[in-house]
Amino acid sequence: MAEFNLPQNSRLVAGKTWPKPAGASKLTEFKVYRWSPDDTENPRTDTYFVDREDCGPMVLDALIWIKSKIDPTLTFRRSCREGICGSCAMNMDGKNGLACTTGIDECGSKGKVAIYPLPHMPVIKDLVPDLTQFYAQHASIEPWLKTTTPAPEKEWAQGKEDREKLDGLYECILCACCTTSCPSYWWNGDRYLGPAALLQAYRWLIDSRDEATGDRLDNLEDPFRLYRCHTIMNCANACPKGLNPAKAIAEVKKMMVTRQV
Amino acid sequence: MHSNSSMRTPLGRVRGLGSAKSGTGHFWLQRVTAVANLVLTLVFLGVAIALVGKPYPAALAILSHPLVAILMLLFVVSGCVHMRLGMQVIIEDYIHGEGLKIAAVMANTFFAIAIGAACAFAVLKLSFGG
Repeated sequence: MAEFNLPQNSRLVAGKTWPKPAGASKLTEFKVYRWSPDDTENPRTDTYFVDREDCGPMVLDALIWIKSKIDPTLTFRRSCREGICGSCAMNMDGKNGLACTTGIDECGSKGKVAIYPLPHMPVIKDLVPDLTQFYAQHASIEPWLKTTTPAPEKEWAQGKEDREKLDGLYECILCACCTTSCPSYWWNGDRYLGPAALLQAYRWLIDSRDEATGDRLDNLEDPFRLYRCHTIMNCANACPKGLNPAKAIAEVKKMMVTRQV
Repeated sequence: MHSNSSMRTPLGRVRGLGSAKSGTGHFWLQRVTAVANLVLTLVFLGVAIALVGKPYPAALAILSHPLVAILMLLFVVSGCVHMRLGMQVIIEDYIHGEGLKIAAVMANTFFAIAIGAACAFAVLKLSFGG
């Protein structure tokens, strides 16, 4: 059955409350998920107080501030700090997003900022999820141009209108915010490809230069790979780039019906 | 069905047994029966309201009218097909043990057919004179 409870050794316990920084006038409370593979402790939530006068406006600024000023063991991924690499995807105030493009003031709905790793993924450490399965699912849709016709001397030609069909798809940065927000992926992530991989699949299905459309549809036509999408729409709600994976999946389903009916 | 061996590559695990190359028929039939049910449910409700408080012979007169009887039969078929498809998706979503899942999918089919047969028998019995 689907699991509705966490296993015993994954249940959250109360963690440490770190002292407030001295002399700070504007403090914001952060509740951060912590788990280390190096001991046998259950995961816990630590409480930190961030001096807002000394810290940038984004959640990522606060995490870096905590790591530099309070607790160097706090572990998270980050790289570009401008919403293009997708490394700092996490769950903030109950919603998936990128820590670098989410303002601290956007996520204090309970008077403090709650930060957890992306939901329902194995945790490597603290806020770092294991995305192995997610990346393998992306690889399984073969995200590259496939052609049989010999390559032209210059580039594969594509008209302006056909190029525009890729807008709203090519911007995906594979941060996994959508896929890990999807309840259907939580229950069946071993077989359901999830919104990110399916949006990427549609990006290649709709590319006028690609010659493998039928093979791509064959590969997706499966009760689990594609049809586990129940249009819950969490994916569109979560996407930090404002994309709509649910719509892309609906378009794939339309293509499936079109070639049969 | 699924190998949990950690030696298997992630891509090998994702590819698994390959695509079933089906599912679109299920998806499409669910939409078709949904549209049919929109109309047929309204007809059924209309007939049910018309029957309220009527004595048996009057009810029999309404239900044995060919148009009413045929619409009721279509409602039974479309409703049962739709019910079976929807319940199958729920079973596949939430039941992960292969044995239990197959048993549940099978029981779901039996249940839908049994309900459908009982309803169809009732409609036919009434429409052919009670």
